[in-house]
Amino acid sequence: MARKHFQNLLHGVEHELVAMGGMVSEAIRGSVVALKNLDKAEAERIIAADAAINRKRWDIENQCIQLFATQQPVAGDLREIVSFMDLVTNLERMADHAKGIAKIAVMHEQTPLLKPLIDIPRMAETCCRMIQQSLEAFITQDERSARAIMAMDNEVDDLYQQIFRELLTYMMEDATTITRAVYLIWVSHNLERIADRVTNICERIVFMVSGEIIGD
Amino acid sequence: MSMSGISIETKSLDLFYGDFQALIAVDLRVPEREVTALIGPSGCGKSTLLRVFNRMNDLIEGVRVAGRVLIDGEDILAPGTDLLRLREKVGMVFQRPNPFPLSVYENITFGLAVHSLARRAEYDRIVEEALRAVLLWDDLKDKLQRSALGLSLEQQQRLCIARVLPLKPRILLMDEPCSALDPIATLHIEELMRQLKSDYTIVIVTHNMQQAARASDRTGFMYLGRLVEFGETAQIFTRPRQELTEQYISGRFG
Repeated sequence: MARKHFQNLLHGVEHELVAMGGMVSEAIRGSVVALKNLDKAEAERIIAADAAINRKRWDIENQCIQLFATQQPVAGDLREIVSFMDLVTNLERMADHAKGIAKIAVMHEQTPLLKPLIDIPRMAETCCRMIQQSLEAFITQDERSARAIMAMDNEVDDLYQQIFRELLTYMMEDATTITRAVYLIWVSHNLERIADRVTNICERIVFMVSGEIIGD
Repeated sequence: MSMSGISIETKSLDLFYGDFQALIAVDLRVPEREVTALIGPSGCGKSTLLRVFNRMNDLIEGVRVAGRVLIDGEDILAPGTDLLRLREKVGMVFQRPNPFPLSVYENITFGLAVHSLARRAEYDRIVEEALRAVLLWDDLKDKLQRSALGLSLEQQQRLCIARVLPLKPRILLMDEPCSALDPIATLHIEELMRQLKSDYTIVIVTHNMQQAARASDRTGFMYLGRLVEFGETAQIFTRPRQELTEQYISGRFG
């Protein structure tokens, strides 16, 4: 096949993107577990691990810049490499949200959680599933799947609304719960933002495959 | 200027070299005062198509053309077409600079004499205008009587473009005009094309896809005698509609 070398370089970047997606998912899951167990050491480990994700982002971006400079990509190749750059930015921001959750776990210290965490881990799970599926759709250039994943964002939004209303009730009943309730609202807000970032990735997949720009 | 803004239009254009069909049902509309690039692999018909526009293919034995080719609305394939006039209107620049073995000055005035287009008294002014248009005047104004063959390749190619201008063409055809030039000279000629397009319709055939991407407003991709896709250059190089175009421009052909 023509341009085998270029094709190999593209596959190399795809591979690293998937690896980065794994790192981000692990940070999200870990941050929620650290919160659930009020495990300060684990939370601090996740905060520290964010630097590696940032490095990965710059590394992938640098590879993209080299591909532009040396391979003169056009058409589908051009859209794919532009998409790589957009994806790493979104993944990196998701990792920042995970770091945000880990920081809340640190702030929580040994104060018991306001309530056992049920919906928040569920939200986190949905986010991680969305990340994994979106990266699969990216690799397989599956536009239909990308559109389906975007619909999962509603699920996360609903959970967020539900958590928000529930915590509001706690706060109205007992002002001493406010600090801990606000912490949990922040956590669920971070997760809600992560799902939005996955939606960005899915929009980018549609662009990559079809050249069509969607989203408002 | 044509009313439609279309400088060249072909309708169901077929061209045969003997039994071989080199162009198949080509429908193309070249907008005026734009740079249109024709790209495609060797033998796809792009140079043949370019040569139809001033009927240079007539010189080849066994050529048969069917369909219509309108330049500014006039059918140039119609019997009785004045070829001398057609070639005044549609100038051509070739792959290798091919100045006449004459002085710089005479290279520019040669066409005027052949076409009896101007009085001798006007020659100085016309030479200056033509050389200015291709940005050679400052370099050559004191060397007008020197042989054109002593110029650098880039200067020779600029001179070949300048040579066409006194005939007041409406269209400039360029067949791989930079393939004998180094990269810097190539960029200079591309810049010149950009300037000339405010006065002329330019059609360029190029093997260099980056050149088409850089220098043209529209790109047509040809393959096996057919015009596979024609569109705005930015669209062709970011979102080609045809799979074949995508494969060719991204270097995945064959």
